[in-house]
Amino acid sequence: MRIFAVLLLLTAWTPVQATLSIFACEPEWAALARELGGNKVDVYAATTALQDPHLIQARPSLIAKMRKADLAVCTGAELEIGWLPVLLTRANNPKVTAGMPGLFEASDHVDMLDIPTQVDRRQGDVHPYGNPHIQGDPHNITRIATALSQRLAQIDRPNAAYYDQRRADFIQRWQAAIRQWEEKAKILRGVRVISDHRGWNYLYHWLGIVEAATLEPKPGIPPSARHLQSLLASLQSDPPEMILQAAYTSDRPARWLSEQSNMPVVVLPFTVGEEVGAVNLFALFEVTIQRLLAGLNR
Amino acid sequence: MNSKYSLHAGLLALFFTTTAPLALAQTAKQSFNPKISLILQGSYADYSSAEESQIPGFLLGPETEFRSEGFSLGESELVIEANVDDLFRGWATIAFEDESGDTEVALEEAYLETLRLPEVLPAGLGIKFGRFFSDIGYHNRQHGHAWDFADAPLPYRAMLAGHLADDGIQVRWLAPTDMFLEFGVEALRGIGFPAGGEDRSGVNTWTSFARAGGDWGTGGAWRLGYSYIKAQAEGREVEEEDEPLHGFSGDSELHIIDFVYKWSPNGNPRDRNFIFQAEYFDREEDGLVEDLQTADSSDYSGAQSGYYLQAVYQFRPRWRAGLRFDQLDSSNRLNNPVANTILADLADEAGTPQRWSAMFDYSHSEFSRMRLQFNRDESRADGKTDDQIILQYIHSLGAHPAHQF
Repeated sequence: MRIFAVLLLLTAWTPVQATLSIFACEPEWAALARELGGNKVDVYAATTALQDPHLIQARPSLIAKMRKADLAVCTGAELEIGWLPVLLTRANNPKVTAGMPGLFEASDHVDMLDIPTQVDRRQGDVHPYGNPHIQGDPHNITRIATALSQRLAQIDRPNAAYYDQRRADFIQRWQAAIRQWEEKAKILRGVRVISDHRGWNYLYHWLGIVEAATLEPKPGIPPSARHLQSLLASLQSDPPEMILQAAYTSDRPARWLSEQSNMPVVVLPFTVGEEVGAVNLFALFEVTIQRLLAGLNR
Repeated sequence: MNSKYSLHAGLLALFFTTTAPLALAQTAKQSFNPKISLILQGSYADYSSAEESQIPGFLLGPETEFRSEGFSLGESELVIEANVDDLFRGWATIAFEDESGDTEVALEEAYLETLRLPEVLPAGLGIKFGRFFSDIGYHNRQHGHAWDFADAPLPYRAMLAGHLADDGIQVRWLAPTDMFLEFGVEALRGIGFPAGGEDRSGVNTWTSFARAGGDWGTGGAWRLGYSYIKAQAEGREVEEEDEPLHGFSGDSELHIIDFVYKWSPNGNPRDRNFIFQAEYFDREEDGLVEDLQTADSSDYSGAQSGYYLQAVYQFRPRWRAGLRFDQLDSSNRLNNPVANTILADLADEAGTPQRWSAMFDYSHSEFSRMRLQFNRDESRADGKTDDQIILQYIHSLGAHPAHQF
């Protein structure tokens, strides 16, 4: 008990941090927070590009990081439903509770696709608020950047002008990049592909790519041999151009289908990460389009 | 004037174009608040021994018998969870259990937890009150459907009648450090085993716990904890099928060390993952024990210990295999160990109760699981081996809250 009291006192003396401590649930939001926050923020990415964001374990280290966060930037829309609620309850951090400015959910600021009219688990792990993989469309990043920048200014008022200036600079560079990507990717319009998971719908929506089928029989249900067999049979008459696979998923189902059908497998980064060849948000889209074009020209 | 109207018209247009998807999201939000889920589980069990499930050297608490042989439902749990307002979150677990033909309804948990506390209090502080599973140890706060084996480890069964649950208040605090450091105390009414008895007043069970945790290499995470429980029983009576078995008045002090290590390639548990979990129990008891069938009683001073080690590996998507070993040890002094009574069983130091378990499970989705488990149980007084086979299903309906590490 005495130790407890001493520790309580110690926290009271902990000096106020000079920089804003940001806990980013996914690497794309960590990258965005760094773009917008510059040297005024200290960003921790809770997950990497090699991890499935649905299935993260609420590890003690993540709880400890959440405890110290001034701002948590997450996707929301129940993407993190299996782990974020545990982090929030165990962290006892009043700044990042629901409804406080310290909890920023990116999906609040974009138009959601695939909002189901009916939520039934027979359909697999369906997200009732719509498809949460919103980072696939760079226009979503623009909207979220604006909202996140305002949030930074709201939480850290003395640096509001700094955040505003960085946002203007980022959005200008981002819009220019989007125009280039859209120009390059014109040829992808109408191209039919197979996806591993329904994780690319925003990317498809943006570029006009058509999803012919998914490797997963239902969202969140791993592909079985039988499902892949029937998929192969059904696509034989009119095979799609390529199979898209996120860097974090097992390559076995996609490779098997590729060997049977001669469709190329294109591994996309899915999010920002040095380990998947995308050091920042710009590289994420550059690499994605580059690999899609390479898959088409094969 | 004109510009004002056009502004209104613009807002109105915006409203109408956005209502359709918004309305849908709203209904979805409402239908998921509160989160309600129902866990359906059942089993088929077959044991080679029909001996009673007593453990020599231990006074077993209520509901510690083995699950029924043949088909049985076990526990069906209804979990309701929601934020009450911006300050509190509420949680209730209602269990439906078959008790010799009758369905018993038990309020397993019903508690409130603070979402945030006034800023005058130090950050990192959390308070929970009501009826809850204590935060001691690792296995204690897990509900049956989240276990990696079909039954509780022997130390939990022998010393806590499965787990410590009680009415009271918990205060815990998380240190603002990069390493996970958590401390907590609980003041409990003292109705949960090993405390118990009629006419309880004040605080009869105190617990405290401290734990540390962090990451270990790429994809590894660990947690190490120490817990202390001091429980006072006053005329605690344990019965089985309405027949009183034994009574106890006295003190029970338990120390627990728990350790968990989880690993997955790159921290991505989707396809493959590994869990190692171990706990060590050390207990001292002092008081008066009574055999309620023969009315013999004895002064009792006990020293008991126990541990379990278990490892579970998901070797491919959906499939897991696990191995567990648990063991107990006791050294009890009784001044009046009357033969053929519970007192003699408690004084019995002849054997070393132990068990080996192996399990396989298959999860079609994260909401359904089928499990096959083999136990080689040598925990009974006769010391003989009981080969147990358990086939179990655990399915969850509705919006089930996330599980802890």
